[in-house]
Amino acid sequence: MNEIAQAVGGKILGSKTSKLLWLALIGFTFMAWRFVFGIGPVTGLNDGYPWGIWIAWDVVVGTALACGGYAVAILCYIMNKGKYHPLVRSAIVTSALGYSMAGLSIVVDVGRYWNLWKVVVFPGKWNFNSALLEVALCVMAYVIVLWIELSPAFLEKWKVGSPSALQKFAAKASPVMDKLLLPIIVLGLVLPTMHQSSLGSVMIVAMQKLSPIWHSPLLPLLFLISCIGMGFAIVVFESTLSCTLLKRPQETHLLAGLGKAAIAIMTIWLALRFADLIWRDQLATAFNSGWLTFFWLLEIVTIILGILLLLKDRTNPATLLRAAMLLLFGGALYRFNTYLIGFNPGEGWHYFPSVPEFFITVGIVSLEILLYIIIIRRLPILVGVHKHRRL
Amino acid sequence: MTLDRRSFLKTIGTTAALTAVGTTASAREQVKAPADAVGMLYDSTLCVGCRACMSACRTANGLEPLKEEGGIYDAPIDTNSHTKTIIKLLDDNGSNAWIKNQCMHCVDPACVSVCMIGALKKDTHGIVTYDKDRCVGCRYCQVACPFNVPKFEWDSATPLIVKCEMCNHLVADGKQPACCDICPRKAVIFGDYNELLAEANRRIESEPDRYNPELFGDAEGGGTQVLYLAPKNISHQDLGLPDLDDRSIPELSETIQHGIYKGFVAPVALYAALGAVMIRNRRQGGER
Repeated sequence: MNEIAQAVGGKILGSKTSKLLWLALIGFTFMAWRFVFGIGPVTGLNDGYPWGIWIAWDVVVGTALACGGYAVAILCYIMNKGKYHPLVRSAIVTSALGYSMAGLSIVVDVGRYWNLWKVVVFPGKWNFNSALLEVALCVMAYVIVLWIELSPAFLEKWKVGSPSALQKFAAKASPVMDKLLLPIIVLGLVLPTMHQSSLGSVMIVAMQKLSPIWHSPLLPLLFLISCIGMGFAIVVFESTLSCTLLKRPQETHLLAGLGKAAIAIMTIWLALRFADLIWRDQLATAFNSGWLTFFWLLEIVTIILGILLLLKDRTNPATLLRAAMLLLFGGALYRFNTYLIGFNPGEGWHYFPSVPEFFITVGIVSLEILLYIIIIRRLPILVGVHKHRRL
Repeated sequence: MTLDRRSFLKTIGTTAALTAVGTTASAREQVKAPADAVGMLYDSTLCVGCRACMSACRTANGLEPLKEEGGIYDAPIDTNSHTKTIIKLLDDNGSNAWIKNQCMHCVDPACVSVCMIGALKKDTHGIVTYDKDRCVGCRYCQVACPFNVPKFEWDSATPLIVKCEMCNHLVADGKQPACCDICPRKAVIFGDYNELLAEANRRIESEPDRYNPELFGDAEGGGTQVLYLAPKNISHQDLGLPDLDDRSIPELSETIQHGIYKGFVAPVALYAALGAVMIRNRRQGGER
């Protein structure tokens, strides 16, 4: 197997990628509408359901789907499994894009976005009781960390065949980056540990508004564990798809290891999830809460199926892909349930996303996929020929 | 090569343990109302539903009356971004009672606990006030408030959070909130929080046939600086108030958050530990 990262090449915009561009443009048109007329006319949000899909999907699920960089970094750098290095760079790309898009969604979602800079600039005003403050600061920092982690890919590209000034800069910056990268990578492990658990903590204060099926003092731990499992699953998903679409050889031998890791993680998660329900005496509630039971079962069953599939066969790329998709679906649903489905502000309140609201989310996701394609076409991300290199 | 399960679980276990610290940390101390606490006492048995309070509230706070298309002039069904207080009628098989809604000015408010850079704060009187210059419009206060009090200007490109601030601009001048000032039946009165507590208990004791023996606000959700007396045989929940135990809403979340981040030790320790592992790994060279 060839182990050097290379740009895939090809046109920046093909016929398929321009469709993504159109979807993104539609989304951004609606976004402009939101900025001119306010959030109300564009969304299904209301005073009972102040958070909708922009938070539950774009931010809470979106950043978990962007945990590939985090999960693979744990494997490579902490557990010292060097063989997974070929997966690191593409995982970092999806993470950097996923977190950047989550950041964009936050700017769209918050009403007074022009005040956001104050959150960063005034540490004296920080309210450390707020789990959301922790999330906001860590996510902002992590976006920067991820792009720095990705910078060697840019530098490698600039080193050859770019204007001489850029070439010189790249040559000078590369050794500096090599030295800086270690503390940055450690930061890239600590920050997601902090904010992914805090994303769970955010909903603890919702107390009686959140169904006891999801409300638990263990929310931070359950969110943290599930994001790592989802991180492994998304790398399997992304690698299998990109190998199939780009007709590269499948990385099944590596993905099998990730699958194994995902089994361990998600089994721990399941055990904790049930232990928590039993400990809080809410298992019966989980089984007889009507629609909530349906969504709870869907979450649990897809994750169990994903684990079983991985236990059965990790040698077949199609099975790996299916199992990864099940785990991603279940993990995403767990988050969605915690933030939306299980949230009930009281009688008389209803929420369903409006069409423009939905299209803004579609637009943001399309932009993310489009940028991913452009980046792998132009930058050395995916492993191509020759020998292995470090990030 | 196979994945080494033990080292894998060890890594996960360490991070998990750091997070779990929060759940085992002892609960934080109960917050008490400030010494100068003011409050309001609403007596449902005295209210006749004239809505003079709603009108006075609009005038005092510069809120435009609601003119909904096709609707009755200024007849909101709940508090909203134009309406900081509202009178509602419980009409349940002949047993009717009035209820006034506005901010409860919790002794230990969830909205203040979650607000990122302190747009919502408790002043020296315990009034929960709003500072728009610190608000990013994230609406976490709306998620956190068990009474659904903070309202958002959904139709504005420069939206604000709107909620009752107990007419703190009037209180600062030694006056009382507009709703209490105008009420012709003194169904809602303003005053020193402890005196109001005593007054409410006095009413319950002196007229046990008139009042529900439960006073809402002396302990519910950690206590609220707006107190409610309900008619006998009508529960506060019938009147639309949530069923809260005596624990304050943000107690659990703050206990966990501070348990994890106490002195910022855990993140720093995690950074140091992971850094040490990485340096060791780099020296040994990765397995290929």
